[in-house]
Amino acid sequence: MKITGAEAMMRCLKEQNVNCIFGFPGGAVIDIYDELLRHEDITHVLVRHEQAAVHAADAYARVNGDVGVALVTSGPGATNTVTGIASAYLDSIPLVVFTGQVPTGLIGNDAFQEVDIVGITRPCTKHNYLVKDVKDLVPTIREAFHIARTGRPGPVLIDLPKDVVSSKVKFPEMKPVKMRTYRPTYEPHPGQIEKACKAISKAKRPVLYVGGGVIASKSNVELTDLAHKLNIPVTMTLMGLGGFPGTDPLSMGMLGMHGTYFANMAVAECDMLIAVGSRFDDRVTGKLSDFAPRAKIIHIDIDPSSISKNVKVDIPIVADCKHALTAMNNWLENSGLDLAAQVAAHEPWINKIKEWKAKHPLGYVEETGIIKPQFVVQKLHELTHGDAIISTEVGQNQMWAAQFYHFNKPNNFLTSGGLGVMGYGLPAAIGAQMAAPDRTVIDVAGDGSIQMNIQELATAQQYHCPVKVAILNNNYLGMVRQWQELFYKRKYSATVLDVEPDFVKLAEAYGAVGLRATKPSEVEPVIKEALATDNTVIMDFVVNREEGVYPMVPAGKATTEMLLV
Amino acid sequence: MRHTLSVLLQNKPGVLSRVTGLFSGRGFNIESLSVAPTIEKEVSCLTLVTVGDEAIVEQITKQLHKLIDVIKVTDMSEHEYVERDMALIRVKAESSTRAEVLRTIDIFRGKVVDVCPKSYVIEVTGSASKVQAIIDILRPIGIQEIVRTGMVAMTRGQK
Repeated sequence: MKITGAEAMMRCLKEQNVNCIFGFPGGAVIDIYDELLRHEDITHVLVRHEQAAVHAADAYARVNGDVGVALVTSGPGATNTVTGIASAYLDSIPLVVFTGQVPTGLIGNDAFQEVDIVGITRPCTKHNYLVKDVKDLVPTIREAFHIARTGRPGPVLIDLPKDVVSSKVKFPEMKPVKMRTYRPTYEPHPGQIEKACKAISKAKRPVLYVGGGVIASKSNVELTDLAHKLNIPVTMTLMGLGGFPGTDPLSMGMLGMHGTYFANMAVAECDMLIAVGSRFDDRVTGKLSDFAPRAKIIHIDIDPSSISKNVKVDIPIVADCKHALTAMNNWLENSGLDLAAQVAAHEPWINKIKEWKAKHPLGYVEETGIIKPQFVVQKLHELTHGDAIISTEVGQNQMWAAQFYHFNKPNNFLTSGGLGVMGYGLPAAIGAQMAAPDRTVIDVAGDGSIQMNIQELATAQQYHCPVKVAILNNNYLGMVRQWQELFYKRKYSATVLDVEPDFVKLAEAYGAVGLRATKPSEVEPVIKEALATDNTVIMDFVVNREEGVYPMVPAGKATTEMLLV
Repeated sequence: MRHTLSVLLQNKPGVLSRVTGLFSGRGFNIESLSVAPTIEKEVSCLTLVTVGDEAIVEQITKQLHKLIDVIKVTDMSEHEYVERDMALIRVKAESSTRAEVLRTIDIFRGKVVDVCPKSYVIEVTGSASKVQAIIDILRPIGIQEIVRTGMVAMTRGQK
C-alpha cells in the first residue's frame, strides 16, 4: 500500500525512537503538520521562533542522549534555524532538522519563501540533503539519523519540497544503514594504547584535559576510573563540565580564558597532557606556543581532523573516548604496573596543585548590601543540591555558572560552547524540561541575552514547563563591558542597556511568575520560592553592575598570564 | 610546497561545492582543480593542486575525508605519479611569425587545432612546467587567449 511522504516521514521518525519534535509550521510543511495531528505519540512543541526550535532540540538531544529533531518551513523558517544549527555543529550535538522547500518544479525560480538552505547550511552541518524524489525520502531520513548520532555527532539537515511530502510512496523495509564513504573509527589502535599507557606511567606531573567528547561518548565512568586509578588531576573545558565530578578532590574545574588559576598553572607545568575528547580551542589554549610547553601530549578523539589541528600531538589515538579509555584501563590493570606506586608518585604533583589552589582559589569579593552574581550561582547550587539541569545564555552569566555550579554529572550543564549563542538558554531549558519533566531546570541568564529569545516564555507556558530563569541583571552587556573596562579604557560603547523591560511584569504578562531580589538577604527566599512554584518563574537578581569574571586570560596571552580577583 | 591531491567523490549534486566551500571556508589555497567522471558511473575524480606546508596539507586531507561524500583522498606527492595539464593557446600568427610559431609548437610536440588568417589555436599537453615554458616562449609573439584544464594526475603502476 502506498502512503504519503508525510506519513512515511512520521513512521520513519517513530522507527528512530523520536517522540518529541520542536517546530513551527508554514506553507511548505503544511502537509507534514496535517499528518502530525494523526500521530499522538509524537509530541510537537510549537516554539515562537525557529531558532528556539533548534536550541530546544539541541538541549533535548543532550538530556535524552539521542538525536533531537526540529521541523520548520521554507525560506525564513529555514534561515532562522541557521544559528541553532551552527551552534549544534560546533558543540557536536546530534540533530536532524527538517526544512520545508518550495515544490521541486519551482526550485531555482526565486519562488515565494524559497531559499537554498542546503547551500546556506553546507558549512555548518555534518551533512545535508535535498530530497527530490519521494522514493528517496525514507532512506535519506534513516541515513541522516545514522550520520547525526554516530562518529563525532552533529546536525544533519533534510530539505523537503512540498510536492515530495504530498506524493505517495511504498514504505521501504528497515535495513541497516551501510555507507561506502562514512565509517567512523570507534576502536583504538592497540599499539597506540600501549604507547600512551607506557608514556603516562612514566609521567611525574600528568593532567587529564577533558572535553565534550567524554560526554558525547558517555564515558564519564571510564574517565573517572582512569583518573582515580593513577591519581591524575582533571581539568575540563566548558563543554566537558560534568564529564568528571566537579566536587571530586582531583577536579581542578575549568581551564582556559576563565579557568581556575590552579588548572591553568597545572597545564603550564605538566609533563604529560592527556586530552580526551577536547579540541584545543583558542579559548582553552590562549597563546598556542605557551600552551603546555613542557608536556608530551596524548590526544584521544574520534575526529581525526581534530588531532594536530592546533597543537602538535605526540601520541594520537583516533577512537571513541569510551572505547579508548576502556582499553587504557584494561591495559593498566593487566600490565603488571604497580598502581599504588603510581598513585604515590603523583602525590607531590597533587600537593603542588593544592598549593596553587590555596594561593588563588576560585572566589569573589563580598560587599555588604550588594548581590554578587557568583553568590546567586552558589546559592542555586546549594538549594538544588547540585542536582539541577543548568542551561545558560552567553557571556558573564555563562562563565559564572560554569565556575560556581560544580557539575557532578554529564549533561547537567547545557551551554552554547563553540558558537556562543546569546538566546540559547531559555529554549534549551524548555528542551531539557521536555526530556526530563521531573527535573529542576534553571536557565542562568543575563539581562541582555535573555531578551534574545524571551518570546519562548509563551512556549514554556503552553507546554507547562516549570523552568526557572535566573537573570543576573546588571543593566549591561556584561562580558563586552568587562573587555571594554580592561582593554578599551572603560569606554562603554553600546554595552549599556538603558531601556529594559520590568522582568517581573514581563513574566506575569506571559502567565509566569516574576520574582525580584535586590539585596543579598533576598536571594535565598527568592530561589526557594521559585523552586517551590509549579510554574515558569523569572527571578530578577539585581546584581553588582561592574562585576567581572575572574580569573581572566586576555585574548592571545599565555594562560599563565591571568588577571585575578 | 605544492601538493597534487586526487579525490574520489560520490557523483552527486552539490558535492563540488562541498569541496570548494571547505577550501574557501578554512582559508586553504586552490591552484587548480578539475573534475570528471571515472570508470564507475557513481564516482567522480577531482584533481586539485594546492600549496601549503605539511601541517596544512595534512589538515586539508583530513577535512576532505570528513566530508560524507568523499570516498578517498590521495596525496600524489607521497607516490610516483604522472601529471598532465592541457592548454589551448590562441597565438598571433601573421605571415612574418607563422613559421616561427610552427617550429616552436613542434619542439613542444603541440598541435595546431584551428587556423585563421591572423592566428592559430594550438593545443599543448604536458607537465605544468612544460605548458608554462611554451607560454613564456610564445608570449613575445603575441598570445591572445589561454585556456587550461588544470592538472590531472595518476599514480604510476607497480614495477
